Amino acid sequence: MTHDFSQEITGEQESENYQNQQGNTWQQYFSFNTDHKVIGIQYMVMTFMFFLIGGLLAMLIRAELLTPESNLVDRPLYNGLFTMHGTIMIFLWIIPFNAGLSNYLVPLMIGARDMAFPLLNAISFWILPPAGLLLLSSFFLPNGTAQSGWWSYPPISLQIPGGELINGEFIWIVSLVLIGISSIMGAVNFMTTIFWMRAPGMTFFRMPVFVWSVLSAQLLQLINLPALTGALILLLLDLSVGTQFFKPDGNGDPVIYQHLFWFYSHPAVYIMALPAFGIFAEVLPAFSRNPLFGYRSVAIATLGIAFISIFVWVHHMFTSATPGWMRMTFMATSMLVAIPTGIKAFAWTATIWRSKLHLETPMLFAMGGAAMFIFGGVTGVMLAATPFDIHVNNTYFVVGHFHYIVFNTITMAIFAAIYYWFPKITGRMYAEGWGKLHFWLTFIPANITFFSMHPLGLQGMLRRVSSYDPQYQGWNVIASLASFLLGASTLPFIANIVGSWLYGPRAVDNPWHASGLEWTTSSPPPRDNFEEIPIVKRPPYDYGNPKYSIIEDSNNNE
Amino acid sequence: MFSVFEYVLIAVYVAVLLVVSRWIGQQAFSWMPPQATAEAQRVDDLFSFLVSIGAFILLGLIGVMVYAIAFHRAPPEDYTEGHPSRGDARLEILWTATPTLLVVWIAFQSFNIYQQLNILGLKQIVHLHTPLESAPAYAETVSDAPKPASETIDVFVKQWDWSFRYPNNVTSNQLHLPINRSTRLNLQAQDVIHGFYVPEFRLKQDIIPGRDIDIVLTPTRPGKYRLKDSQFSGTYFALMETDVYVESLDRYNQWLTQTANSEPTPVNQAVAENIQPPKTLFNSGWYTVTPAQPGIANKRKQNNDT
Repeated sequence: MTHDFSQEITGEQESENYQNQQGNTWQQYFSFNTDHKVIGIQYMVMTFMFFLIGGLLAMLIRAELLTPESNLVDRPLYNGLFTMHGTIMIFLWIIPFNAGLSNYLVPLMIGARDMAFPLLNAISFWILPPAGLLLLSSFFLPNGTAQSGWWSYPPISLQIPGGELINGEFIWIVSLVLIGISSIMGAVNFMTTIFWMRAPGMTFFRMPVFVWSVLSAQLLQLINLPALTGALILLLLDLSVGTQFFKPDGNGDPVIYQHLFWFYSHPAVYIMALPAFGIFAEVLPAFSRNPLFGYRSVAIATLGIAFISIFVWVHHMFTSATPGWMRMTFMATSMLVAIPTGIKAFAWTATIWRSKLHLETPMLFAMGGAAMFIFGGVTGVMLAATPFDIHVNNTYFVVGHFHYIVFNTITMAIFAAIYYWFPKITGRMYAEGWGKLHFWLTFIPANITFFSMHPLGLQGMLRRVSSYDPQYQGWNVIASLASFLLGASTLPFIANIVGSWLYGPRAVDNPWHASGLEWTTSSPPPRDNFEEIPIVKRPPYDYGNPKYSIIEDSNNNE
Repeated sequence: MFSVFEYVLIAVYVAVLLVVSRWIGQQAFSWMPPQATAEAQRVDDLFSFLVSIGAFILLGLIGVMVYAIAFHRAPPEDYTEGHPSRGDARLEILWTATPTLLVVWIAFQSFNIYQQLNILGLKQIVHLHTPLESAPAYAETVSDAPKPASETIDVFVKQWDWSFRYPNNVTSNQLHLPINRSTRLNLQAQDVIHGFYVPEFRLKQDIIPGRDIDIVLTPTRPGKYRLKDSQFSGTYFALMETDVYVESLDRYNQWLTQTANSEPTPVNQAVAENIQPPKTLFNSGWYTVTPAQPGIANKRKQNNDT
């Protein structure tokens, strides 16, 4: 017996252990700590703050769009709002939150004591707060934040207030380069950790799918992120010292920027989505008491998605100066993504088939997120079809599709993860009733908000407009009102998390009777994660088979 | 993995899904704006096809989830195990083959329809110092040769103004198109990237400064439409709209002669708003790109005509 599956808690021992972990050490979260678990929590809490800020900006945008006229914020401010909303949500919420969650979980899941380079890990994190604050500081510049959208396409991003070296766009680029450097360092760390730090017996095909998805996502960070970082540095030179890489009135070409930008920013969608798929693959089996159906295909499909996604970036540029042959080539490659993602969606569904479903909060979020992903995936295939994309490109149809992926799928998965691993991370249980309230307050308004955008887009309402034709008002009012409710849904979540973290009942080591190495250590885990490094002898997703069942042990003990 | 009852259940479910998703696919035509070009009809056919397939997959998978929620719930404290099945090679091959075939089918349909659209002509990148000049003769075509068209109109865009030059050198802020005739639009941008988009036409094309891009379209439905800038173009982006009239060849020619004899009266909402900003609750006073004055705009066009 290499690890201790026993569920028994001798209260005394547990609380002593708990004191050792958490007692009077909240300061450690504000320090340069090299423990991957502390860093993980630092990432997750900080990015959640940015999620709240990004959400407030979104509600301001939706408030402006309640009426066809421009009457809440003036146009430059509106342009700044959606630029910052997109930037914050992508670069300071989803991507770094995933980095934090992966930081916390990957060493535990593969049976390692820490990440491969703990110091580098801490540096990766501590680059982010200054970069984020720098970005936010541009709100206080006299000429305001960057106003050219999160794509920051030249030449429009190069139209800056004359003579000012420090402007919103300058700050935007510098922050993004810093965040990019942090991500690249993180990617090196994750790749090394997963390749070299696995416990004895933890073969690649015994790794949880979450680890596979982190591996794939971080591989993409390593391959593709340098393209964006390079493009941003060239853009900065154009902006500040008068080079002409992307300036059409010099000898530059703005379309080259689009290629470099999307070469990273399309895979970025998978850098965000793959960990979400990984979360589904952990939560769905645990709460349906079935092994993950088709584990091997799902693991290979994860790598497959990463691989194909490197070759699809031009589908964001079908209406750019893109010749027909390129449109057709990238239409074909974009559609290929549907095959591995289809495999995953079928595998999730088959896992639930003939199961013993438990609809606790993590499962609600995971099933809700998976179902919404199928909707987002279907509209994604539609967008890959060039003739249709030409009609809806840059309209609210794309905005709706994108938010079905980034909010209804990825953010729902993130909530599933927070609830699922909350007992492990904090050593306490969250309040189930509040969690369910949070789910329904999120699920229903999110669907109303983002569904409404599809008919708007089909009818031709363009994204990024601060005023619109009166014919579009109906769906806009629905979307806006639902979005305010969606914003309010974070309140029960915050109350639950903060309250439970401080006062929640103590959690047992494995409250969900889940398989996976992270559940074999104490909650919260000790500094070195495991009393002794476990030796892995079991297949992943040990559900369904009584021979392997953890419950047998604990039943005997109880 | 399945019992006989479940096979029957699945068969019935698939049959119902086929009917329902086909019906939803037919509804999709009504979700779109009216079809005003020959191209629009093909795009809508493709959309309907995509909606049918999408509805089938979406309802199929969500149906299974709902079925599990309805009939496979465990009692709250029952943490015993479900089924031990870890996979099924036949099933996995089936669900790898299914999306593959669907994707090939969808890609084939889309390719066919794209061939029928036949809309885009791209010329090689030409670096013009004054982008409003017409392309020099050495600008050879790349793979996409210019499509034949019976009418050619030059489209000049800048922040935030559309102007059109017609064959008789008339310049106007309105786009007039003769019905049922293929018309080539030569698109040229002066400052930043803009986009040509009329929702009823289903066509959209970015206009990149320094490049010559043309699209060919054939309007089929008379009426008045709105031309929008589809690529974010800065401060007054939302205001960059203008009217498009599709009319008979006679009325089109009539309009051309009429306009040739009258003084151009450009209207530019962005200029108006720059002078007299609307009242908003929050006024940031942030950096605003000033739109070119209409007078200057006209002069440019006249220079260009010479």
